[in-house]
Amino acid sequence: MTTVDDRSVAEAEIGRDRRRKEDARLITGRTRWTDNITLTGMVHLAMVRSPFAHARVTGIDTAAAKQSAGVVAVLTGPELGEEMGVLINAWPITPDQVTPVHTPMAVDRVAFAGEIVAVVAARSAAEARDAAELVDVDYEELPAAVDLKEAAAATPENGGALAHPDLGTNKSALWIFDSAEAGTGSDVEEAIARARTDGVVIEREFRQQRLIPAFMEPRSTVVDPTGEQLTVWSATQIPHVLRFAMAATLGIPESKLRVIAPDVGGGFGGKLQLTPEEWLTVALARRLGKPVKYTETRSESLMSAHHGRDQWQKLTLSATKDGTVTGLKVELLADLGAYVAIVGGGVPVLGAFMFNAIYKFPAYHFACQTVLTNKTWTDAYRGAGRPEATFGIERMMDELAAELGVDPLEVREKNWIKHEEFPFTTVAGLEYDSGHYEAATERAKELFEYDDLRSEQRRRRESGDPVQLGIGVSTFTEMCGLAPSRVLGSLDYGAGGWESAQVRMLATGTVEVVTGASAHGQGHETAFSQIVADRLGVPFEDVEVLHGDTQVAPKGLDTYGSRSLVVGGEALVKASDKVIEKAKPVAAHLLEASVEDLEFRAGTFSVRGTEAGISIQDVAGAVFAAHNLPDGMEPSLDSDATYDPVNFSYPHGTHLCAVEVDTETGQVRMRKYVACDDVGTIINPLIVSGQVHGGLVQGIAQALWEEAVFDESGTLVSGSFVDYLLPTAADTISFDLDHTVTPSLTNSLGTKGVGEAGTIASTPAVVNAVVDALRPLGVEDVTMPCTPQRVWQAIHGAGSGGSTPGAAMPHFESGGAAGNQEQPGASSTEGAGQ
Amino acid sequence: MIPAAFDYVAPTTLEEALAALGEHGDDAKLLAGGQSLLPVMRMRLNAPEWVIDLGRIESLRGIREEGDELVIGAMTPHAVVGEDPLVAQHARLLTDAEAEVADAQIRHRGTIGGALVHADPAGDLGAPARALDARFVIAGAGGTRTVAADEFFLDLFETAVGEDEILTEIRVPKRTGWRTHYEKFVRVKHQWSIVAVAVAVRLEGDTVAEARVGLTNMGNTPLRARGVEEALTGRPATEESVAAAAARASEGTAPPSDLNGDAAYRSHLAQVLTRRALMTAISGGTA
Ligand SMILES: Cc1cc2nc3c(=O)[nH]c(=O)nc-3n(C[C@H](O)[C@H](O)[C@H](O)COP(=O)(O)OP(=O)(O)OC[C@H]3O[C@@H](n4cnc5c(N)ncnc54)[C@H](O)[C@@H]3O)c2cc1C
Repeated sequence: MTTVDDRSVAEAEIGRDRRRKEDARLITGRTRWTDNITLTGMVHLAMVRSPFAHARVTGIDTAAAKQSAGVVAVLTGPELGEEMGVLINAWPITPDQVTPVHTPMAVDRVAFAGEIVAVVAARSAAEARDAAELVDVDYEELPAAVDLKEAAAATPENGGALAHPDLGTNKSALWIFDSAEAGTGSDVEEAIARARTDGVVIEREFRQQRLIPAFMEPRSTVVDPTGEQLTVWSATQIPHVLRFAMAATLGIPESKLRVIAPDVGGGFGGKLQLTPEEWLTVALARRLGKPVKYTETRSESLMSAHHGRDQWQKLTLSATKDGTVTGLKVELLADLGAYVAIVGGGVPVLGAFMFNAIYKFPAYHFACQTVLTNKTWTDAYRGAGRPEATFGIERMMDELAAELGVDPLEVREKNWIKHEEFPFTTVAGLEYDSGHYEAATERAKELFEYDDLRSEQRRRRESGDPVQLGIGVSTFTEMCGLAPSRVLGSLDYGAGGWESAQVRMLATGTVEVVTGASAHGQGHETAFSQIVADRLGVPFEDVEVLHGDTQVAPKGLDTYGSRSLVVGGEALVKASDKVIEKAKPVAAHLLEASVEDLEFRAGTFSVRGTEAGISIQDVAGAVFAAHNLPDGMEPSLDSDATYDPVNFSYPHGTHLCAVEVDTETGQVRMRKYVACDDVGTIINPLIVSGQVHGGLVQGIAQALWEEAVFDESGTLVSGSFVDYLLPTAADTISFDLDHTVTPSLTNSLGTKGVGEAGTIASTPAVVNAVVDALRPLGVEDVTMPCTPQRVWQAIHGAGSGGSTPGAAMPHFESGGAAGNQEQPGASSTEGAGQ
Repeated sequence: MIPAAFDYVAPTTLEEALAALGEHGDDAKLLAGGQSLLPVMRMRLNAPEWVIDLGRIESLRGIREEGDELVIGAMTPHAVVGEDPLVAQHARLLTDAEAEVADAQIRHRGTIGGALVHADPAGDLGAPARALDARFVIAGAGGTRTVAADEFFLDLFETAVGEDEILTEIRVPKRTGWRTHYEKFVRVKHQWSIVAVAVAVRLEGDTVAEARVGLTNMGNTPLRARGVEEALTGRPATEESVAAAAARASEGTAPPSDLNGDAAYRSHLAQVLTRRALMTAISGGTA
């Protein structure tokens, strides 16, 4: 027989490879996505979008569309007017930020290709689309601000194109952090000056290309105005934020709004947005008094759902000759696109705290200029600010190592925070609670067989092998678990960073758990069930996790920034503990013992030193009956907790990547990838592996494949998956993963976020590997994505490989019967590529 | 993505299909596997009033031998061609190329005839068809005609098949025992060819007795690299002669520039890939 103690260990849910309970329904499609929802009398919307990046709308003829079969309404911006509301930026990064007014539909001018100019409502989606084709819009093209650097330099005086001429500038905000001013370090200019005379100064400029989140489920919204409340279903990451923002901007009392995010097919930050389409669906539903649905097409999604990254990074790093870094200066240009999105300029600002990464830099200066252009707006994309920062610094550390002729791991070790130095306050002002960079690096090297691969690299170099081997290093950390509300407040973010949870013991002993962290594919239901099962000592199967409906989960701040587990999970622990506290006096009463003599273990209250005990389920049953409770006891065990974190969480890890570069073609082939991540305590290793695998592929894709390319006129050229290259399983190798575990000290489970780690770490590991392979050939950078042509050109003396030709592959033959001339997203097909 | 409304017919014989085509003319489109037609319709780049589905015409499907030729029905799916033992034996280059077309789902839906008539310059069947001197059987109201590979591809998305005609068969001269290889260059696995090279060589001892080289996506149509063929024929099957011949791969080509590479880079790629394809073929081929 096992003792109670042994049993609790043997059955511990935390740390167990549970298969995800949500997968059966997600994989078989036996669930309800927003687009599956059909309501009685529902009408469908189709959007008419501008094919031009910047134009005055001089006339819209909707007469033919209105006559089209099944059409219920056709509305333009001027017709809807104030009814459509405005979209807000929740994070003005400076008090003087220039923020263009963003109406959901253009009123007299469009500022990017894909902006909505008219909306059609019809009885069926097909009829809506047919009628949308008949809307005739007259445009008068305006000069478009497309190139980020040119846009930053444009002024009314020099005649450069302005994204919004009425604003008189494309510059939105300049955000600065300086360690000397903040008192967190010394002056960077002095450090650089010193290094110029007696040390090393590395100066580089890197491009963070534009990326498209490309979530699997296109965005969709259904609005039902026919009940007492206005009900909004949306494929969103942020039902709670959405409800709040709609109440704040549309004049609908918050109590009259119910927002539901049913199962949501991915987001990667791309569904962390308040969208014009959501606002218009609400406006049409309210005007028509009927349920309304809008589901975007993939072309619309690629063109008008927000994009990510898009920066120029100018970096200056100073060091002593022995490789000790003395200062880092970061000057960024960040492309906002046409409008300042909900987080908007806050994305690069999140990176401000991460350029110093795991290192002890004495001096640091960060300046970011956000810039408006006539392109799709940008916002959070997996990692949001931190991948950009990690890329910048990890590329620079490799450059420093190359300059000094030492191993890239050696130069890192010289500068990183030693494990005995934690907690450590960084030059950017954050306090890192825990970490062990030495251990993660040691383990990664071992798995990678680092020395063997270095020998192979030497052999290939010596023999002049046309296929060269490169080894890339990325020792990353990141700040996640967004976020302590006070810190967000100090940065002028428009909301807090707490999370809420509720635990309800049902009469029959099963448990309902409510979380404000709204999942969209991460596996919250499984991981949260494991936490509660352990805490309450109930079977995993008996825990049901509810989320994503403001009527079921009234409080929450949703899922992004790797926050669900470290913030939402902690709220859950606190709510569970309250349930136990409430149950305890009942158990004592039923066992006729005193509360002090009780102990709670593995779901059972027992009287110390006796055989007597009662399970928490039985206590729940007794509370439900309420026949025999202590005097004055409220007959409920239900508990909730709202947890505001005291600090961010700082996962870290060492990633090592080996690539083979075919110097004849420029093709890069992944040879080996090792990731040893430290994400603190692991609740479910399988889910963690899934997050790391997916994250790695997404980061590798930035290094090698993905790029949103606009032509000179501001048309998105990579407007379909033929030209926007998403990797599939066939493009990846089997990754070697391991973990070190240095528990976080700022939450009781010791967890750190893992949702973004892979993406943040992998991009520089890959590019460092590509550059490492080619360094003997004189290459010191390759622009992302490292396309074969760029690599080949870099080998042949063309710097970092040049820009991407702005033309799509012409696979979609147009012409023939009655084609539509102004279909957005149909980047010119005929004749392209000749 | 919802296509404009259209009417649909699914004839069961070639005659009915031709009659339907005759009746609706310019307003009709033939539907084979739909892998290229349907995306274009869904993006509303094309809006035919009639879609004539060839999927129920049994006579357009299947692979058989006829004397010195293999006869492949236009409606035979890529996957069937790719796995067919007769094709592997007598026209191995097609087997090689079919393995590289898109992904498994598309190979099961898309047809060899649809791909060839669609004539996407990045498509993988055109270059092998040209290298193998395939002949194309085209049916029209007035009967059937046969067009040689060299006359079949006219331009970007344009072939000798007229608006009122149907491609029924691809006839491939048997090249039993030839060594073949299809070298496709892509950035991600399931991508259209950036450049690809199709080669078939017949060796006599250590000498290249005959060489045929087709190029994918090096111009508006699939091309023959005649310079390479000429330079290699009668030469020893060695690395040196292959390299010298391959250097002529981009002669007379007019490759496109797009997101995946510009014309100069493609010209360079064509030479490297031709050398590699020939060496792989000579040293035993894909098998
Ligand atoms: C995502 C994707 C990736 C792809 N990648 C590749 C690739 O890597 N390599 C490659 O080679 N191909 C690729 N393809 C194309 C694929 O091979 C298609 O199958 C092919 O282009 C068209 O064949 P289909 O049978 O689907 O023709 P359909 O799409 O049905 O028809 C194409 C055109 O040909 C006409 N047509 C079809 N059959 C006939 C006939 N018998 N007579 C006259 N006209 C006819 C149609 O009217 C239409 O205009 C890809 C397609 C997709 C969707």
